Amino acid sequence: MTTSFWDLQNADVIVFMGSNAAENHPISMKWFLRGKEKGAKVIVLDPRYTRTAAKADMWVPFRSGTDIAVLGGLINYAIQNGKFHREYVVKYTNAPLLVHPDFQFHDGLFSGWDPEKQAYDRSTWGFQTGPDGQPLRDETLEHPQTVFQHIKRIYSEYTPERVSQITGIPVETFLKLAEIITDTGVPGKAATFVYAMGWTQHTKGVQNIRAATILQLLLGNIGVPGGGIAALRGHANVQGATDLAVLWHDLPGYLGIPNESHKDLATYLEKTTTKDSFWENKPKFMISLLKAWYGEAARPDNDWAFHYIPKVDSRWFSHYDIFQSIYEGTVKGLFVFGQNPAVGSANAGKIPQVMKNLEWLVVVDLFATETADFWHLFGNDPKQVATEVFFLPAAGPLEKEGSFTNSHRLIQWKHKAIEPLGEARSDGWYAVQLGKRLKALYANSTAKKDEPIRYLVWDYDDPDHPNDIDHLKVLKEINGYEVATGKPVSGFGQLKDDGSTACGCWIYSGILVEENGQLVNKADSRKPTAPNRPDGWVEAKGDGTTDYLHHGWGFAWPANRRVLYNRASADPEGRPWGKVPLVWFDHAAGQWKGVDVPDMLPVKPGEVRMGVRFDTPFIMKAGGLGGIWGGTSLVDGPVPVHYEPVESPVQNLLYRQQTIPTARTYQSPYDHYGTPDKYPIVVTTYRLTEHLTSGVMTRNLPWLAEAFAVPFVEISQELAREKGIRNGDLVEVETARGRVRVRALVTSRLKPLRLGDRVVHEIGLPIHWAPFSGVAGVQADITNTLTPQAVDANVQIQESKAFLGNIRKVTA
Amino acid sequence: MNLSRRQFLQLAGVSAAATAATLFLDEEPALASDLKEIRISKAREVPSVCPHCSVGCGLIAYVKDGQLLQVEGNPDNPINEGSLCPKGAATFQFAYEALGKPNPRRELKAKYRAPYSDRWEEISVDEALDRIAQRVKETRDRYFIEEKDGVTVNRLEAIAHIGSACIDNEENYLLTKLMRSLGVVFLEHHARI
Repeated sequence: MTTSFWDLQNADVIVFMGSNAAENHPISMKWFLRGKEKGAKVIVLDPRYTRTAAKADMWVPFRSGTDIAVLGGLINYAIQNGKFHREYVVKYTNAPLLVHPDFQFHDGLFSGWDPEKQAYDRSTWGFQTGPDGQPLRDETLEHPQTVFQHIKRIYSEYTPERVSQITGIPVETFLKLAEIITDTGVPGKAATFVYAMGWTQHTKGVQNIRAATILQLLLGNIGVPGGGIAALRGHANVQGATDLAVLWHDLPGYLGIPNESHKDLATYLEKTTTKDSFWENKPKFMISLLKAWYGEAARPDNDWAFHYIPKVDSRWFSHYDIFQSIYEGTVKGLFVFGQNPAVGSANAGKIPQVMKNLEWLVVVDLFATETADFWHLFGNDPKQVATEVFFLPAAGPLEKEGSFTNSHRLIQWKHKAIEPLGEARSDGWYAVQLGKRLKALYANSTAKKDEPIRYLVWDYDDPDHPNDIDHLKVLKEINGYEVATGKPVSGFGQLKDDGSTACGCWIYSGILVEENGQLVNKADSRKPTAPNRPDGWVEAKGDGTTDYLHHGWGFAWPANRRVLYNRASADPEGRPWGKVPLVWFDHAAGQWKGVDVPDMLPVKPGEVRMGVRFDTPFIMKAGGLGGIWGGTSLVDGPVPVHYEPVESPVQNLLYRQQTIPTARTYQSPYDHYGTPDKYPIVVTTYRLTEHLTSGVMTRNLPWLAEAFAVPFVEISQELAREKGIRNGDLVEVETARGRVRVRALVTSRLKPLRLGDRVVHEIGLPIHWAPFSGVAGVQADITNTLTPQAVDANVQIQESKAFLGNIRKVTA
Repeated sequence: MNLSRRQFLQLAGVSAAATAATLFLDEEPALASDLKEIRISKAREVPSVCPHCSVGCGLIAYVKDGQLLQVEGNPDNPINEGSLCPKGAATFQFAYEALGKPNPRRELKAKYRAPYSDRWEEISVDEALDRIAQRVKETRDRYFIEEKDGVTVNRLEAIAHIGSACIDNEENYLLTKLMRSLGVVFLEHHARI
């Protein structure tokens, strides 16, 4: 989230699209509803009438997979009707910049498409620069090569009529929706967009979010009170695990994994650092990371041990590539810590089939999982499976200490309540033990390849607790410290590129600091700086007397800032745009002040620093400008345009290019993709309040297992009539990949969608059931056997929110 | 005197009579006489965070003599202000199905499945870790890619790690650090799905 839950009460409009927060993030609804109580209009765009829709002023059903058509239509409406925040757009975004003169967009393809490589050459997607190396700009926005004119042209095709034919939203409904949302395109008003897996699980997931970003920047809604884009993450610590880079493409703090073209640290920094942005500090963060990892071995004469870190080539190494590579025989051994991919992965039927190729598997979990038991899952014959499997029992949520980072980047410390049950241990303890054993095994090696293990700084034992580790010591390393004294740094501003500081994740700097000679864990800070009134309200007061953003509770990265890009809440002279100021320039004091920690370089309004030319809010982006134009940063286009899902019931009405050309599908005997002649119904998947993902953490708890024991497929009354299905009947849902048997839930919450002159049906299933895990009686087929491994080219997330299937009644 | 219900319940054991007489909370009067035997009256309060979705609701675990008695929403936490959804409210059951009765489905020992076997067998945690470390070393030594076209790439494609958004920041940091140092490039967690 760019904002925090507490700021949502300042919104004028709240748009849920790709999120069913009332069901999946129930307590967050408290804050959305406070916004509604204060007068915000709540709009829910969802194919189903969800629990969130039940709280909305307006529910707009539309066909899954057509989000960009809706959002493109809103962008077009805002531009055609002049309903955008012009000063914000001109001063704070890249809308006035001139795009490369050879840029083209034609019939669904951007310039540079190479059909042979199935990839874009992005060289025409950048900006024109002047003799000073700075981008050319036209603040009138009239030059035909400006970003603004390009998006005006591209989205001019997204008329209300065309949007209606694609999405199924009636024209008059769309116009009403557009009017409410674009009413916030003036100073002092804000809409917030809320999304979750409903936007990410598509072959154009990143572009879905980009479309909302463009709209929100046009409306001047990012970095302002009640604005922003709220990504509701799917698990307790998705944000943290991402920040700490348990992801193939990254290093902690979003530094990025090196590739083979980075022969040394200087080349890596040169090629991966965004110029004219705060990222110019990257050498300090990277060298401090190498110092934290390799200690004495990270020296200038050793290129700071940069070569110890693995370099990737041009391939992907993502979740689905792991299973494809197990199938192809590259991956021989697999660690699975706290995940159940045999149930949670798309095309789940493929997972146990390919896992037979593994030489060894290590699973660490609280409960037995289908992944650990894959050798007898889906008809696997144990006698044919050579894989050696180790299962290590994990400590439960209350059985260890440590921190989680929530959706709004708030890091909160958890104390250990009880000792781990039985012989269970924390995942961190297992990691440390494994590292210690490997260091011992390699201790006498003289091979260069073993240096990263031999020199690895790996000293986390807690002498008082041999069955646990020193969690605070790990946190101190993440925070960063002076190498000579071991004293923690107070923030990332203290990090150096000369090897005198070590830091595991620069954006977390400031989380563990020394105050009056004492170590203070800010994640464990629980100061009620804004005492709640009996009714729970905390009024936002602009004079700073009420800290409605709760700076004394936990620590939010970066620098305990609660609303990112909050410089944008004030005009170029530093005066707040509207009613609730977040930051402002105090001319008498000659400095910025704020209800929040100001998000900017320490400059006066208009002053230039570090190449950020105009004291602009988006200091992590080139020139400090918000990215209405994505430039060359994404592989599938500088702006989002509508494509159909890989499996779609209809032709793309806008372009001859049917699907996003960069989408990846996989080739194996287990990967299949369906067509609408055989599978005419749109299928989507979702979650329920009582369960989490594969259900291992919920179907094993009797209270929750009993609360929701039986899976179902939700179908409209109209489709039920057509198929002769009655509520409660046993039905089989089939896709090109598999079948599941569940009960039919016939409902008016889903409606057939009228697309021009034809009608399309959509059905939906929850994803939480599996055949082995859980309390007796709550086992069932795996919904993900239906979903396709068709992934987005930027982030490799699967398209499990819109695919094709069929349904029929069966007898038990 | 402004007390939360929770503070009140704690105080109940100490100076109950004095406060109870003046306090009426919610719909029902809380009477000290009802509270003498309350399970959590002398329990230690341990603050934690819900392990399910990403909202970050605060929990309070009540612990006495090393025993977990109760888990509730933390009323001081400014995100959830004490409230919890069904999942958060069931956190107690990760450890116990009922007071003192461990959840019987929890795996409390390491286990091992040999090649071609149709069953799990017991193994000690120590032995399991020793053998895992051995297998990692064998696999790494056999398949490690040290150089590509004169560039040190230190890449190990034969081992993959699928990690978790359900475990702590510190644990994730250690796993990233260890896996990268082994050369692992197939490194993922829930965010990718």
